[in-house]
Amino acid sequence: MDVRGRRTIKVPLENEKFKVDIPDAMRRESVGIGDREEFSVVRHYVKLSEMNFGADSGFYPLGSCTMKYNPKINDEIASLEGFRMIHPLQDSSEVQGALKLMYELSESLKKITGMDEITLQPLAGAGGEFTGLSIVRAYFECKKELDKRREVVVPDSAHGSNPASSHMAGFDVVEIPSRDDGTVDLEKFKEAVTERTAAFMITNPNTLGIFEDKIVEMANYAHSKGALLYYDGANLNGIMTKTTPAKMGFDIVHLNLHKTFSTPHGGGGPGAGPVGVVEKLKDFLPYPLVTFDGEKYSNDYIPPKTIGKVASFYGNFGVLVRAWTYIKMMGEEGLRDACETAVLNSNYMRKKIEQFMPVPGKTIKKHEFVASSVGSNMPKAGDIAKHLIDNGVHAPTIYFPLIVPEALMIEPTESATKTEMDTFIETVRQTLKLPHEAFEKEPVNLKVTRIDDVDASKNPKPTLRIARREERAPLQQTI
Amino acid sequence: MSSDLSELLNELNIRSIDELFSDIPESIRTKTLGLPNGMDEDEIRRVASEYSRMNKTVNQLHSFLGFGLYNHFVPAAVSNVVNRNEFLTAYTPYQAEISQGMMQALFEYQSLIGELLQMDAVNSSMYDVSTSLGEAARMSKTITGKDEFIVPKYISRNKRAVLDNYAKGADIRIKEVDFDENGMIDLESLKNNLTDNTAGVYAEYPNMFGIIDTNIPKIKETIGEDRIFVAGVNPISLGVLAPPGKFGADIAIGEGQVLGLGLNFGGPVVGIFGTKEQYIRKMPGKIMGITKDHNGKIAFSMILQTREQHIRRERAVTNMTSNQALMAVASAVYLSLLGDSGLRKIGEVNMGRTKELIEIVREFGVKLPYGDSPVFNEFLMRLNESKTFVSRIARKYNLVPGHILGKEYGFNDRNQVNIVTNVTERTTNSDFDAFKEFMREVA
Repeated sequence: MDVRGRRTIKVPLENEKFKVDIPDAMRRESVGIGDREEFSVVRHYVKLSEMNFGADSGFYPLGSCTMKYNPKINDEIASLEGFRMIHPLQDSSEVQGALKLMYELSESLKKITGMDEITLQPLAGAGGEFTGLSIVRAYFECKKELDKRREVVVPDSAHGSNPASSHMAGFDVVEIPSRDDGTVDLEKFKEAVTERTAAFMITNPNTLGIFEDKIVEMANYAHSKGALLYYDGANLNGIMTKTTPAKMGFDIVHLNLHKTFSTPHGGGGPGAGPVGVVEKLKDFLPYPLVTFDGEKYSNDYIPPKTIGKVASFYGNFGVLVRAWTYIKMMGEEGLRDACETAVLNSNYMRKKIEQFMPVPGKTIKKHEFVASSVGSNMPKAGDIAKHLIDNGVHAPTIYFPLIVPEALMIEPTESATKTEMDTFIETVRQTLKLPHEAFEKEPVNLKVTRIDDVDASKNPKPTLRIARREERAPLQQTI
Repeated sequence: MSSDLSELLNELNIRSIDELFSDIPESIRTKTLGLPNGMDEDEIRRVASEYSRMNKTVNQLHSFLGFGLYNHFVPAAVSNVVNRNEFLTAYTPYQAEISQGMMQALFEYQSLIGELLQMDAVNSSMYDVSTSLGEAARMSKTITGKDEFIVPKYISRNKRAVLDNYAKGADIRIKEVDFDENGMIDLESLKNNLTDNTAGVYAEYPNMFGIIDTNIPKIKETIGEDRIFVAGVNPISLGVLAPPGKFGADIAIGEGQVLGLGLNFGGPVVGIFGTKEQYIRKMPGKIMGITKDHNGKIAFSMILQTREQHIRRERAVTNMTSNQALMAVASAVYLSLLGDSGLRKIGEVNMGRTKELIEIVREFGVKLPYGDSPVFNEFLMRLNESKTFVSRIARKYNLVPGHILGKEYGFNDRNQVNIVTNVTERTTNSDFDAFKEFMREVA
């Protein structure tokens, strides 16, 4: 990191000599990160990119993450100067194209979810959850029921973000156990949902890839108790165009554009988590909302009982552009195809894998399923994962959902050939035959071998500032 | 249907794909959603290009808009690196050994930001600066067990609206500290606001009016060891301005958009978040750590995951799952490209050019409410004209003079316009010329 005297990238106007006048206490001479030339920087990051695996590198069956292919046209459209070089505080008359695009995306998402209004502002799926639950809070506050409605009910198979978001919005969490077939236990559900319940939060298909077919009954029951129904849209790919959250009885929906709508995950983000609501909750949405009067688009509508804002501006616009492009190009038929192929692939893999490994829950799965390596002498899920990545196949999500022991959560998405799936299945099958000692040394074909995350957390070194205190020399060689 | 797919149907012993959806009750199935047919690639190109041309870009305007999002120069190498498919299309690095590239890039981001802020612990990104502020308030409450959080009277309403929503869920009361006659934190007002319930105080430099608040170095001693000082910075100013670590900040946040991300109508951006080492276990977000693999080779790991939602559920420090990882990598590339000398230069150019424009404004005899206070690349000016008139003249010169502050900030006088004007290294002499023409009519 410490190469000095290098010619760094040229800053505009750098040849003009500016004298800056900064009060002494606020002045700084140097940051201390060194100088390097552009070619060194690019070579370095290209080298790093070669030590990474994306959905473009190969089959990526990471359960619950919907790692479908991201069409390259999405990125091209998002990089158009007319979308890239506009400022969010410009007058709406100067950004009509951007507002039109956002309006159209909202309209499409309304059709896909059956919701009456949509905000595009939340910057991630969990951001959407927090937005939705803030709306739940505002709704009951407005109805003067918040004092008694303190609870959000979630199944024990739920994504961890569901209880975390509920807590952040100020609610207590009540978890209900699932039945052996992986669906919600209706008896337990009815015990849990009471006049204290603000919302029931569920993903459908659930995290075992099973469609909760009693959803309408649950919705009616929750509504009869005065509670709202929240749909976690992480698994929308499994039902898209086949039914809608509105038809199932939901009041609030968040979507993950980076899952269902093909925007790249970027190694962890940016995502986008639009939130849709039914009529009676429209007034609580974050401001501003894009409106259209038949001639021009405006971006200054403030819902009368708004919860405020959940992001500095209007959302991850670059992500919205990509999702808009995807929906425009797919059309309804394309979206149906995507859903059907994803479900077909998932059931094919389920059928093959259940021949040698238990797959809990009902037979028919939607977009994903969970295998459990608990059979006699089977390796741990973590070992299977490491063996897979060592053999050029990305691992599934492991140890989730928490209700399945040694869980391998597999979601092939629609972007998988039979050959790719067969290779994966065969690699897993081979894994079961290996002696357990074989795993200890794996992976051997990657840049590093196994890393102990627990140990790394005992003595956390999140920056070079901290790491350098102990071991200065070797670090300089790596970075 | 391709032969591939019919083969799969055969393997499943089913004739139609509909059988796989038989678990969805008839009563809730949809026949059609009413979405139009799909377009081909060439058609979407035409349509999108038409929409994009309906926008007037900052390159087609004399734009002096900043106010939280800035028109800075983006080096070509930044976009090139983040468009590498292996970075762009990867998920969160849950499988460390096959994701070392991303993890190292994020670790480098944390390290570079750590140097920039002079803070020991940095996470691998928040969504944006506003959510960083919301999480900083929550973290202050967690650390101190107190439930009041003090913010300046003047911070952007966007930040404030996001903070208020976080505060509501966490049962935190927000109080305001006034500005003094120099447009800086009024230390007396701050003292008077402190109570036994004060968890933390947020203050920023440059602040909403662009002012380099010289009271910042006194804040930590004013509020004391037991309260959390959250410092807000503009990261691109830190090549010339002293870092928050120097002022005893317990948490430092900032909007990373300025570090090579461009405008994109406000997103994606990246929230910077750093803290002292002692608070690392209370920090939200994903954190990469440097460690060794079983062979003793340097490796990177996603550390302290037991703070997170997928393990701790409702007791997690935050609900955050995805973040803005790719934007963090972009910022790391940007910082690497600029280096010490580039960061210094860009700070000097921004300050120097802003000073030039201030001189121009002064020549027209215009009032600068905090005219004696040092600024970075933004300043507040007051015109004694109506907003309608000012906007009309601005349009005449194809110019946006800055962000106009309205009644949401207590500026109610209809015959007065308060504008926060921003200058960056991308502001050209032709922009300055247009500004002069504009001033000639409105001053």
